[in-house]
Amino acid sequence: MTDTAYSRQDFQTDQEVRWCPGCGDYTILASMQSFMAGLGVDPKDVVFVSGIGCAARFPYYMNTYGLHGIHGRAPAIASGLAVSRPDLSVWVVGGDGDMLSIGGNHLIHALRRNINLKLLLFNNQIYGLTKGQYSPTSEVGKRTKSSPWGSVDYPFNPISVALGSEATFVARTVDMDRDHTQQVLKAAYEHKGAAFVEILQNCNVFNDKAFIRLTSKEERDINRINLEHGKPVVFGPDDEWGVVIEGGTARLVDVSEVGIDAIHVHDAQADSPAAAFAISRLSHGPTGPTPFGIFRSVERAVYETELQQQIHHAQESRGPGDLAKLIASGGTWTVE
Amino acid sequence: MSEASTIDTSTETENVSAVAIRFAGDSGDGMQLAGARFTDASAIFGNDLSTFPNFPAEIRAPAGTLPGVSSFQIQIADRDILTPGDQPDVLVVMNPAALKANLGDLRPSGMLIINSDAFEERNLTKAGYATNPLDDGSLDSYRVLQVPMEELTQKAVEPSGIRGRGVLRSKNFFAVGLMAWIFNRPLEPTLEWIDKKFAREEEVREANRLAFKAGFNLGETTEMFRHTYEVRPADMAPGVYTNLTGNQGMAWGLVAAAQSAKLPLFYASYPITPASDILHDLSRLRNFGVRTFQAEDEIAAAGAALGAAFGGHLGVTGTSGPGLALKSETISLAIMMELPMIIVNVQRGGPSTGLPTKTEQADLLMALYGRHGEAPLPVVSASTPADAFHAAIEATRIAVKYMTPVILLSDGYIGTSSEPWLLPDLDTLPDISLPFAPPQEGEGPFLPYLRDETTLARPWAVPGTDGLEHRLGGLEKEDGTGNVSYDPKNHEKMVLLREQKVKRIADDIPLIEVTQDEDADIVVLGWGSTYGAVLAGIRRVRAKGYKVAHVHLRHMNPFPKNLGEVLARYDRILIPELNRGHLWRLIRAEYLLDPIQYSKVQGQPFKAAEIEAKLMELIGT
Repeated sequence: MTDTAYSRQDFQTDQEVRWCPGCGDYTILASMQSFMAGLGVDPKDVVFVSGIGCAARFPYYMNTYGLHGIHGRAPAIASGLAVSRPDLSVWVVGGDGDMLSIGGNHLIHALRRNINLKLLLFNNQIYGLTKGQYSPTSEVGKRTKSSPWGSVDYPFNPISVALGSEATFVARTVDMDRDHTQQVLKAAYEHKGAAFVEILQNCNVFNDKAFIRLTSKEERDINRINLEHGKPVVFGPDDEWGVVIEGGTARLVDVSEVGIDAIHVHDAQADSPAAAFAISRLSHGPTGPTPFGIFRSVERAVYETELQQQIHHAQESRGPGDLAKLIASGGTWTVE
Repeated sequence: MSEASTIDTSTETENVSAVAIRFAGDSGDGMQLAGARFTDASAIFGNDLSTFPNFPAEIRAPAGTLPGVSSFQIQIADRDILTPGDQPDVLVVMNPAALKANLGDLRPSGMLIINSDAFEERNLTKAGYATNPLDDGSLDSYRVLQVPMEELTQKAVEPSGIRGRGVLRSKNFFAVGLMAWIFNRPLEPTLEWIDKKFAREEEVREANRLAFKAGFNLGETTEMFRHTYEVRPADMAPGVYTNLTGNQGMAWGLVAAAQSAKLPLFYASYPITPASDILHDLSRLRNFGVRTFQAEDEIAAAGAALGAAFGGHLGVTGTSGPGLALKSETISLAIMMELPMIIVNVQRGGPSTGLPTKTEQADLLMALYGRHGEAPLPVVSASTPADAFHAAIEATRIAVKYMTPVILLSDGYIGTSSEPWLLPDLDTLPDISLPFAPPQEGEGPFLPYLRDETTLARPWAVPGTDGLEHRLGGLEKEDGTGNVSYDPKNHEKMVLLREQKVKRIADDIPLIEVTQDEDADIVVLGWGSTYGAVLAGIRRVRAKGYKVAHVHLRHMNPFPKNLGEVLARYDRILIPELNRGHLWRLIRAEYLLDPIQYSKVQGQPFKAAEIEAKLMELIGT
């Protein structure tokens, strides 16, 4: 961060943004540019890395450093960048196909290593760029061009995947809610280590209104469960419903029936991801009340910091590397 | 062996110029270790030497069976040698399976040292012997020395206090000790090694010391061994030497390259035989600032190296054949992004998992063409273990100067075998550093694809630099701006530009040199690890009075500018390769010449005798 005042325009490029009209990606882009400008992030220290897909065009539209990579491999490329350059703020942008299908392996390993990456999963539960096939987050029975009889694939719950990978920061937001998106992005930015953010994103061409129950005025208040650290997990227009966790399982209750003291108090900083995981199971795909916000935010050793420490310690104990000594280290003899 | 001369009254010491020794046993018998210890003692003694480890892919095949046989061959000489020897003069076998698997290679009337304790019925059956070769006369044409190594080791290590299964573990050191006596090796290097290696395991240390000395003393005190051999120190260029394997040479070469390029080294890899030792060696070098990254898979390793390259590090990924296949999409991206990156491929037998512990040169065409689209890149190859050091520096020089990924080919034979290396004067290493693009302010938009007129390289603009914010990626780039472009003409222009960039490297590499007899009718064109066997074979033919010219390639793409013209001077061009004719095909395609293909795909390096025979066949026709 610098003292320079930035505006959203400073983060915009001269490239024409080519998403479909009405795509949720526009809103996310605007949220990103605004949050970075507002926070005074210096564009020269920021890198956006992406894979392939609609979401993966994101770097072209951010006036920072950027790398539009190959399908699914963005977390791997970004890992190399972040590990070699801990001074940079490295962001990964991908879709549900990109990050959970072809790149699923790289995602879970970046999370478990706790590399200082901000991984944004734009989840629209469909393949957009390849024109409408079911994705790893599509619901069972979904009819698409590649599943005319209905998909028999069981979907991933991205938050559960991230928590299962023991990610140190896990959050969910939705494209339409700019304020919430910006809050979550800011928290991710400030997190030391791997931050996973699922952004529910509307694909108005191939999967329109997939999240309508979470965004429409009529339904959102009864379906959004806003997680706030240190507060009981309650929701509804008058906070009349809540979440209890029993035997490792979360379920929805009527607060007036169980009493407020029985309601689970959200602890994003809990050492164990178990409670957060239980909460993530409340909604498998946003078909009913769905938790939002920061599920988990804990501190754990950051990969590149640990590596830097090893270099530092090695240099302290052995002195800086001396190539002449190294090549003679395996035993030598002299020919006169 | 040649020229016997009596020196001692009690034993005869034969002075030999060169001798090849093979240790063979079960893969749990510690044969690689035995060979390595004997190698070090010989190196310190001052012999020239060359080694060839040969081991199964299985961690532990069933004990006593043929698939479980592991061997280590070393040739030691009082002169410059190029190979580990075609046929061992001496074969040490620890069990019947090792005898069966290796006897065919032993020189007629060669020396056979046998651990006779292992020749009991069960082992004989496992190895497929109907009768005991120690008794049935089948070994009569060799000089057989039967030694009850297990019994003697057991007795020798008793004072160490070691018990149970550990007792017989030391029998490899017994064998090394015996060989140390027969070949007049100094004891100290091995004893020092044992002390260091087992510093924390007193019983094991003591047991190995005792076994080693017992082996030596057996030779000294019994009359069983009437002969010892002396291979005098070789007449080598003065200087300080070390014994170097190719993987170690590669690792150190990468460190040297990074220093010469003034870049931090980032090495990302996924464990794979036989490339893993490069990762092992580099991961120890944290005090050099080396970052090693053991990725989740080969693709991630390539991606991480590319990410590091974007960040301004010397991004390197190392692998073997199947791993290169997985990395190919990322390499294509590196070509499109025009970032420097080194991809080390320690080739092995393929296809698929193939022969993971054996050597082959069959990835050359994949290195050149194994990508989608028009995706040319420079390819550099190493010839010997010590040459891997220099090849790494050359690959880096090209990568950084031309902003391109470079494939650096080694192979299993180079990677695991060893040779003495005259330590270079590090002050003479070239400065291959180039500046990053400088910060820019208010001078119009930064053009990430603006090219250097000579090299056609684009600037290396690293994140964190003011005013250079730019976006790279795999979509076709507009010339200059680097913006995404689908313009048909631009695509063709960029394809040709990337091609030209690689072709221009030919102006920046040495012309090919003909060695041996320039005025011969036949030229042998080689590349990579066949160097030693090819040259040794040529020497043999020349010793018979025939002329042979020799050309060896380091740069596989682009070729040296004069290669076609030089080859065209000869009536016949012989191209020996451990593949089905990769270079042969390239030379035909590139120069419309008709070279003679000499192919071997057995997972084994060429023998000098094979090259010799092929050349004699050609000379006779």
